[in-house]
Amino acid sequence: MATVELGGSSVDIDEDGFIQQPDKWNEGVATDLAKTEGVDDLTEAHWKVVNYLREYYIEFGVAPMIRKLCKSTGFKLNKIYELFPSGPAKGACKVAGLPKPTGCV
Amino acid sequence: MAEAKFDEMDHYKQAELMKFDFRPPPTGWMDTPTDFRPGSWIYPGKAKHLEYLDLPNPREWAVTDEDWQLPKNWKEIVLEGMRERLSRYRTFKIFMDICVRCGACADKCHFFIGGGDPKNMPVMRAELLRSIYRKDFTALGKVFGKLAGGRELTVDVIKEWFYYFFQCTECRRCSVFCPYGIDTAEITIIGRELLGLLGLYVNWVIEPVANCFRTGNHLGIQPHGLKDTLEFFAEDIEDSTGIKVDIPLNKKGAEVLFVTPSGDFLADPGTYTCMGYMALFHEIGLDYTWSTYASEGGNFGLFTSHETIKRLNAKIYAEAKRLGVKWILGGECGHMWRVLNQYMDTMNGPPDFLEVPKSPLTGTVFDNARSTKMVHIMEFTADLIRHGKLKLDPSRNDHIKVTFHDSCNPARAMGILEEPRYVLKNVCNNFYEMPPNTIREQTFCCGGGAGLGTDENMEMRLRGGLPRGNAVRYVQDKFGVNELACMCAIDRATLTTVCDYWAPPVRVTGIHELVSNALQMKGAKDREVNFRLEEIEHWKQKAAPAGRKEGSSDV
Repeated sequence: MATVELGGSSVDIDEDGFIQQPDKWNEGVATDLAKTEGVDDLTEAHWKVVNYLREYYIEFGVAPMIRKLCKSTGFKLNKIYELFPSGPAKGACKVAGLPKPTGCV
Repeated sequence: MAEAKFDEMDHYKQAELMKFDFRPPPTGWMDTPTDFRPGSWIYPGKAKHLEYLDLPNPREWAVTDEDWQLPKNWKEIVLEGMRERLSRYRTFKIFMDICVRCGACADKCHFFIGGGDPKNMPVMRAELLRSIYRKDFTALGKVFGKLAGGRELTVDVIKEWFYYFFQCTECRRCSVFCPYGIDTAEITIIGRELLGLLGLYVNWVIEPVANCFRTGNHLGIQPHGLKDTLEFFAEDIEDSTGIKVDIPLNKKGAEVLFVTPSGDFLADPGTYTCMGYMALFHEIGLDYTWSTYASEGGNFGLFTSHETIKRLNAKIYAEAKRLGVKWILGGECGHMWRVLNQYMDTMNGPPDFLEVPKSPLTGTVFDNARSTKMVHIMEFTADLIRHGKLKLDPSRNDHIKVTFHDSCNPARAMGILEEPRYVLKNVCNNFYEMPPNTIREQTFCCGGGAGLGTDENMEMRLRGGLPRGNAVRYVQDKFGVNELACMCAIDRATLTTVCDYWAPPVRVTGIHELVSNALQMKGAKDREVNFRLEEIEHWKQKAAPAGRKEGSSDV
């Protein structure tokens, strides 16, 4: 666990760089988290993914399945990888401030 | 493209990984320090999860820290913990005493085969604990110390335990070959329990345990989330078949409670297997229910401590009682079946409020489940097929050449060997076995079981997955196998990586996904896509009107 500056405030992150205080997430945090993923500019397509993940997380408290993300945003999985090179879980979910899924996954 | 990191498969070059050196290091094993290199260990359990579960010594720490912030009296805690367990578990005492170091187990461990680290020989891994037992609990060791195979318990020993007890997947392949039947998984379980007394857990295990205790499943899915997920599956089933399946949730008075690992609610390809169950239950008109409380078949308590196994397993039976079902049906899960078959009775049972399971379709009484009241879905489906209750067209899977990976626990802890093969042979025309010393009781682990399937442990997962990957590669080269079927959610998650690395492009499937391909559902449309919503060429040709069939001469 480390504390870093993201979007102008200090936020705790875990070993993989996932934020530990979901309530501290905002667009500035997302922009800075994206940079750690090698994404320097968050385009409209990036935000579509991030906003969907965010909304799902606020409603359900967990990340959605990848297929649901694809169906809801209209992006195929390879498009998600284009947007977030580490993929939907380690890339997109991290930027959206979600925790990393654990268990038999 | 950025260089792959240590938690990514592409970081590891096969040629580098396969440079094994099976010669022991020049120093004696007691004097060889543990090499904590990135990719070979797992992140510690986060304090918040330990706090949630009332586990000792919650704190934030890192494996790379010099000081692991152990309690001041850590040594006393561990020795007292050992003393207590030696008196409580007769097996533990026997396994500590009985090993003659014959070496039969040495080359049976997938981590030793794929890595060459001598401390991954099961005999050696047990010796890490046994040496402390000798020193502190045997008369000979107390007097002669190192000469009698004993050693002092130090912080470095604790660190070494943490490293190697989380490099054992508790798969029990070594136990099959042990002339004394020493169950090395039990030694690992005790080793992890002792570490737990000091607050030394891995997060990949303890977060699922905390989630499960809080929400009923490892992933932390809440009731409305599970409902949303199953509805999403039902939509895709309808897109594929034209049939709208029911989603019975928390239905009181249902005949059967169905429980499957929550990985099937999130991760592909398990999701397709979950859809397979839903389609099957719809087709046979089973009076069943899902539960949003007992929404987990897996039990990461098994990778934590006996106490935790009991705490998590209890909820399945509590829910069965609350809903008033007659018996429980369990899905394609691996370690759940070790818990059910080998621990359930004395931990939470016997569940006398349930009935001896009887298939409402065939009348078959599952006598083997008389005590636990819980039937494995492979027994259930095999019985349906045996009695001609399913209309199956195995040619629907003709685009697939499939092999079968016996999941460690259903195979070795339960003996379910024939049923999955019987089902596969009835739903596929092209089924090929891997070599005999890699299947059935001798099956090789996926390399990611027992809570080791996390990405920061990637090097060990790839090493541990080598024997299985090699066997898959063999049938791929020999028969053109393109899919690997298995019946465990950890398998479905981790063998995907193993196959991608050692035998691409073989892909992974659950058995009930294959069942759903072959199942001829009443009232279904001419299917052109499977549950992955992929168009299957030979399905499309069959579905097309006769005049448009490829190769048709009368057009």
